[in-house]
Amino acid sequence: MAKLNINGQHRDVDVSDDTPLLWVLRDVLGLTGTKFGCGIAQCGACTVHVDGKAVRSCLLPVGAIDNRAVTTIEAVGATPAGARVQKAWLDLEVVQCGYCQSGQIMSASALLAMTPHPDDSDIDAAMAGNICRCGTYVRIRAAIKKAAGAQSA
Amino acid sequence: MSRLSRLGAATRYTIIGFGAVAGVLLVVFLWVVLGPGPTDFAGGERVALSAYHGADPTGVPPELARASLVRRGEYLARAADCQACHTAKGGVPYAGGLAFVLPFGTLYSVNITPDKDTGIGSFSDAAFLNALHKGVDDKGVPLYPAMPYASYTGMTDADALAIKAYLFSLKPVHAEVPDNTLFFPFNQRWLMSVWSFLFNPDRRFEPNTQRSAQWNRGAYLAEAMAHCGECHTPRNLAFALDNRSKFSGAVQTGWRAYNITSDRDSGVGAWRDGELAQYLASGHAEGRGTAAGPMGEAVAASFRYLTQGDIAAMVAYLRTVPAVASSDLPAPKVSPAPASHRQGVAAGYDAQGKAIFAGACASCHDWTGVSALSRFATLTGARAVNDPTATNVAQIVISGEVRGTPHGKVFMPSFGHAFSDTEVAAVANYVTARFGARASSITAREVSTLRQAE
Amino acid sequence: MTVQASSVSPRGLSRRTLLLTGAAAGGGLLLGFHVPQARAAVSNTANGPQADAGPFAPNAFIRIDRESRITLIIPQVEMGQGVYTALSMILAEELDAAFDRVAVEAAPPSDALYANPIFGIQVTGNSNSVRAFWTRLRQAGAGARAMLVQAAAAEWKVDPASCGAEASVVIHPPTGRKLAYGALADAAAKLTAPANPSLKQPKDFKLIGKPFKRLDTPEKVNGKALYGIDMLPPGVTFATIAASPVFGGKVAHVDDAAAKAVAGVRQIVVLDDFVAVVGDHMWAAKQGLDALAITWNDGPNAHVDSAQIWNDIRAASEHEGVVAKVAGDAKKALADGGAIEAHYELPFLAHAPMEPINCTVHVRPDACEVWVGTQVNSRAQAIAAKLTGLPLDKVIVHNQLIGGGFGRRLEVDGIEKAVRVAQKVDGPVKVVWTREEDIRHDIYRPVYYDRITATLKDGRIDGWKHRITGSAVIARWLPPAFQKGIDIDAVDSAIDIPYDIPHLRVEYVRHEPPAVPTGFWRGVGPNNNVFAIESFIDELAQKAGKDPVAFRRAMLARKMPRLDAALELAARKAGWGKALPPRTGRGVAVQVSFGSFIATVAEVEVDTDGEVHVRRITSAVDTGIAVNPDTVIAQLQGGLIFGLTAALYGEITIARGRVQQGNFNDYRMLRIDQAPAIEVHLIKSGEAPGGIGETGTTAAAPAVRNAILAATGIALRRLPFDREVLAGRKKA
Ligand code: FES
Ligand code: FES
Repeated sequence: MAKLNINGQHRDVDVSDDTPLLWVLRDVLGLTGTKFGCGIAQCGACTVHVDGKAVRSCLLPVGAIDNRAVTTIEAVGATPAGARVQKAWLDLEVVQCGYCQSGQIMSASALLAMTPHPDDSDIDAAMAGNICRCGTYVRIRAAIKKAAGAQSA
Repeated sequence: MSRLSRLGAATRYTIIGFGAVAGVLLVVFLWVVLGPGPTDFAGGERVALSAYHGADPTGVPPELARASLVRRGEYLARAADCQACHTAKGGVPYAGGLAFVLPFGTLYSVNITPDKDTGIGSFSDAAFLNALHKGVDDKGVPLYPAMPYASYTGMTDADALAIKAYLFSLKPVHAEVPDNTLFFPFNQRWLMSVWSFLFNPDRRFEPNTQRSAQWNRGAYLAEAMAHCGECHTPRNLAFALDNRSKFSGAVQTGWRAYNITSDRDSGVGAWRDGELAQYLASGHAEGRGTAAGPMGEAVAASFRYLTQGDIAAMVAYLRTVPAVASSDLPAPKVSPAPASHRQGVAAGYDAQGKAIFAGACASCHDWTGVSALSRFATLTGARAVNDPTATNVAQIVISGEVRGTPHGKVFMPSFGHAFSDTEVAAVANYVTARFGARASSITAREVSTLRQAE
Repeated sequence: MTVQASSVSPRGLSRRTLLLTGAAAGGGLLLGFHVPQARAAVSNTANGPQADAGPFAPNAFIRIDRESRITLIIPQVEMGQGVYTALSMILAEELDAAFDRVAVEAAPPSDALYANPIFGIQVTGNSNSVRAFWTRLRQAGAGARAMLVQAAAAEWKVDPASCGAEASVVIHPPTGRKLAYGALADAAAKLTAPANPSLKQPKDFKLIGKPFKRLDTPEKVNGKALYGIDMLPPGVTFATIAASPVFGGKVAHVDDAAAKAVAGVRQIVVLDDFVAVVGDHMWAAKQGLDALAITWNDGPNAHVDSAQIWNDIRAASEHEGVVAKVAGDAKKALADGGAIEAHYELPFLAHAPMEPINCTVHVRPDACEVWVGTQVNSRAQAIAAKLTGLPLDKVIVHNQLIGGGFGRRLEVDGIEKAVRVAQKVDGPVKVVWTREEDIRHDIYRPVYYDRITATLKDGRIDGWKHRITGSAVIARWLPPAFQKGIDIDAVDSAIDIPYDIPHLRVEYVRHEPPAVPTGFWRGVGPNNNVFAIESFIDELAQKAGKDPVAFRRAMLARKMPRLDAALELAARKAGWGKALPPRTGRGVAVQVSFGSFIATVAEVEVDTDGEVHVRRITSAVDTGIAVNPDTVIAQLQGGLIFGLTAALYGEITIARGRVQQGNFNDYRMLRIDQAPAIEVHLIKSGEAPGGIGETGTTAAAPAVRNAILAATGIALRRLPFDREVLAGRKKA
C-alpha cells in the first residue's frame, strides 16, 4: 500500500512498493496522459514531475516517492511554466501524433521552471532524453524559446 | 687453464650468456613457484582441521545445521558459485557451455548436471573430489585452471560431497558443450599436470590457531569457496595467483576486479564493515556504487544467498588482508556532481560524450550522478567511475546489466550494439570526468579490445 | 444506440464531447470536437452513420441536426498527419459550414462506405488521404450544400441559383433572407442528392490553403487525448505477451508456478505461438511474464541470420527480373561500353512508433468490442469476426487516435493476438506489448538490393538499367494488386524516374527473405528507389564532371518542370555553390513521390571519427494545393527526421532466427540535439493535392548521403551509414 500525493490529491494505492509510478498512474488511477514508450528510461514518454523535477515514472518505484509531490501532464497546466509551455506548443503547432508530447511538455516545463532563459545547450541537456518518433524536434526547440520569451515579457 | 678459457671468445660469451639467462630464468621460476599461499599473510600457526579445537570453520552455517544434505549442498554450491561459470549466457543453470575467451583460445565450461552422457552423472564420489581438489576429470585428464581447483582444493570432502549431492538432485540436462579451441602448446593437456604440480597445493583448509573462529570461517569461505582471489589477485607469468599482492586487483574477461585490500584510497580500507556486508549481500552499498559484470554475477548467484553471519565472517577476513596500493586508482570522489549540465566538468569537455550522456544516461543517472530512480544507478562514489582507465564504465555501457535482487530486477540497458567504439569511449570519458576523481582517456581502440574480451 | 455509446465509452459520457480552443490564422476559433472513440460505436452499422445527431445525413460523411450542429465523419484515421483537420477542411469548404462549430468523428469500419478510393478498402496509408478523398469529399460537401440551398429556395420560392451559403447559413442576397442549416435539415433530408454537384473554383476557397490549427492538438498537450493504449473500459484487466524469440517458433512448455505467485497476476494464457499474462495492471502482467519459465520449440528458423539473408538477396539479384518498364533500347545503349554500375543495400527496419502495439478487446458470446488505433479499420473488424465466429455487425471497432503508425498499423497481427487472449479472459482485457516485443515482433521494412547500370552521352544519361530486388509486400497485403510478378510498390519512383533518359529498363526480382515478415514502412518503395537512384545520379554527375544540381536540372527541365522548379528553389535557398569548411558538404536529392515534387538539400559535416553531423536541411515542395499548409510543412519536417534516424542508425539484424534489437538502447533514435535546422519552402500551386506524409522520409537518406560524398569523397552504398567507413577504418 503506497500513499501518494498526485496533482495535489492524496491517493492510496494498493500495489507493491516496487511498482513503477507509471503503471499506478495509468492503470490504477486512470491518469492516462502519462505515456508508456520504452520502460527503460530511454524515451521520456512517461515523464512526470516529482517535487518539480522531471523524472521518468517508468522506473520510479512508488515506494521511493514518500510524500513528495507528483505532478502529471493532466495538472501541469496549473503551473506557470507548464501553462506557458502548453500555450507555446499550441501556438507553434508542435504536435503530430502527440504520443510523446506529454513527456516533452513535462521535460520542457521542468526546464523552464529551473532555467527561465534556456539556450540551445540547456535545451539539449534537458530534452535529449525525450524521443519523438514523429520528429517534432525543430518545433519543440522553437516552442521552448517562445515560452521562455513569453516569460520575460 | 680451464676448459672454458680454451674456447673461443665468442663461444665463451655465448655460454656465459646462456648461463646468465638460465640463472635468471631459475630465479624467476623459483619466484613464481615459491610464492606465498593465499592465507600466508596472516602468519600464526595453521593446523589440520582434525587437530583444530575451535568452532568448525567449514560446512554450513548454524541456521542450516539440520537441513538435508541436498539443501546444505545447495548452500555450499552457491557459496562456491559453481553456477556462474557452469551456465552459458541465457542457458540452463549448471548445464555448462559458458565461453572463456583467453589470449590463447576459447575454453567452455562443462555441463555439471547429472546427465550421464554429457554431464557428470557418472562421476563417483572419488572422481568428483579429484576434480575439485586435484583438477583432473573422471578419466584422469587434467583440467584447465579456469576451473579454480587450486582454490577448491581447500574444501573439505564433506562439503564437496554435499555439493555433489545437490548437483545430482538437479534435473539432468543433455547438453553437449562446444570443444575448446586452444592452440598449441596450450592445447596440450599434460602441461596442466605440470602446472597443477607447481601451483596446486592439494591441501584441505587449515585453520589458523591465532585467529578467531569468525576469521577462520571467513577465510574458508573466501578462499576455498568463493575463490575471491581468482579474480582479485594478480597472476604471475605462469598464470597462477601471485599472493604477494593478494587481492590488489586484476583484469578478468575484460573487466577490472578492483583492489579489495585494506588500502584506504585504492582498496576498500575506507569502507565500513556494514558497507562491505551490504555490498556483498545486495550488490550495492550507499555511496560505494553497484556491483556489475562478473562481480554482479557473483552477488546474484552467490553472495546474496549467504547468511548474515557468513557475510560478516568474510568481511572480518577481508579486513585483515594487507593493504596494497594501486597507484592508478585515486580515492573516489564522494560528492555528487552539480545539478546543472553547465557546471562540473569543464565546459566543452568532450561534447560528444556529453551529448550521449544527455540522451541516453541522464534520465536515469541524473546530471548529479545521484539517480532519482534507483539507488543501484547512483554513480557517486562508485569505484568504476573513479577508475581512470574507465574499463568497467565502458564495459557496462557496452553490455549493460540485468540482475535479480531481493527488491526486484535491476538493470542497465546495453548500448554496445548502437554505439560505436568512439561513442562508448566518449561517454565513458565524460562520465569519469563528471563523476570521478580523475578523468579517463580511454580510446576507441581500447573499447574495441574490451568488446572482444567479453 | 445512445445506450450503447455510453457503455462503450471508457470514461462514460462525460468524455464524449469536448470543446477545444484553437486559433486560425485570422483569429480565435472555438472548435467543437468529439472524442472519436466515444462515437464510433454509435455509427457502427452496415447502414453507416445514422441520425442520432440529426435528421440530415446526405451521405456517409456529413450529419446536420436541427440546431445546425454539423458532424463530419472522417474516413481516415488520425496518426499525427493532421488528417482529421485537412479532411474536415475539405468537407467544410464545399459545405460552406461554420468551421468553428463542426464536430469530427472517426468513421466506423465499412469498406462499402469508407473505402479509400485508391485501395478499394478502408486504409489510411501511402500518403494518400487527401489525394484519395479530395474529389469525393468535395462532392459530399457540395452535394449537401446544394440540397440545403435547394430546400431554402423552395421555402422562399426563389431560384436556387440566386442563393448563397456561408457559415452554415443559406442566404438569399437579393432579399437578405437567411436560414440556418439546422432549420433546413428536415426539408433537405427529403431531397435527393445531386449526382454531380458543382465544385468551387480554387480561387474561391475560404478554408483550403489557409494554415489552420489542428483540431486534435489541444487535447494532446493536456493529457486528455485518448489513444488505443489509454482505453479503460469498466472491469478491464491488463495483459502483456511473449512470442517465440525465433520467428515461427512455438510454445513447447510453460512453468507458471513462479508467475502465479506474483502479486496482481490473474491469469496465464498459453497459446500455441505465444503466452500472455493477465494482471491487475501492466506491472503485474510484466512481472508475471518475467517469472514464467517458457521453453520454446524454435522450429525451422533458428539458423536464419543477417549474413545469409544478404548473401541470398545478392545472389537473387544476379538473375534477370520481371520487366517493369522499358523505354528506348537500354540493352543496346548499355552494351556500347563505358557503362557504370553500382549496387545499393537497404536493411530491415522496425517501425517503433512511440505508442507500442496494443489492443483492448472484450469478447462476449454475442458480440465483440475492439478498442484500437488501426490504419485498417475494416480489416480489424474482419479479423475479430473471423476469430470469434461472430458476424461482422456484432464486432464493434472503436478506432482511436494513433501514437505513430508509419505503416505498422496497416497490419492486424496485434489485434489478432489480443482477440485470441480476450477469448480466454472474462471481461475486457487490454493487451500491451512491451517495447522489446514491439521491436522483436514487428513486420519489418524489407531488405532491398539495387543494381543500377548507366551510360553517359554528352554529359547526360543515355542508357539506364535498374534492377530492384526485394520482398513483394503487395503480394501479401493486397494480392489483387500484385500482377504480372511486379510489386507496384517496390518499383514506385523507379519506373517513373523523373529524368529524361532515352533508354530505360527497370526490372523487379521478387525475393522473400526467409522467416522475417516484411511490410510497409513510412516511405515504402520510394525509400529504396529514391535512395538508390539519387545516390547513383551523384556518382554519374561526378563521372560526367558536372555539378549535381546542374546535372539534374538538364535532365528535368523539359520532362518535369515542377520538380525542376523545386530544385531551383531548394538550391537557391540552401546557398548551393557557396563555399563550405573542410569535411563539410552539401548534397541534393529530388523525387516525385506520392504525387508531390520535392527537392532537398542537406548540409553535413563528417568528423574524423566518421560521425555525421547534419547541420541543415532545405526542402522545396510542390504538393499541388496544400490544404493545410502548416501541416504540409510539419509533415516534411517530421518525415525528414524519421528518415535521418534510419539513415544514421536504422538496422534490424537477425542472428539465430532472432531479432537482435529490442529497445531504444539498441535500436537507436535521433534525438533533439542531433536534429538539423530544417527549412521547408512551399511552392504555390493550383494542381490537385499530392501526398506528403512520407516524402520527407524518402528525401533524407539520399540528400545526406550525397552531402557525405561531397564532404569526404566517400560514396556510401549501404544504409545505415557506416561510421567505420567514414572514419577510414573500413572499406566502403
Ligand atoms: S517509458 Fe519511461 S522513459 Fe520511456
Ligand atoms: S508527436 Fe508523435 S512521437 Fe512525438
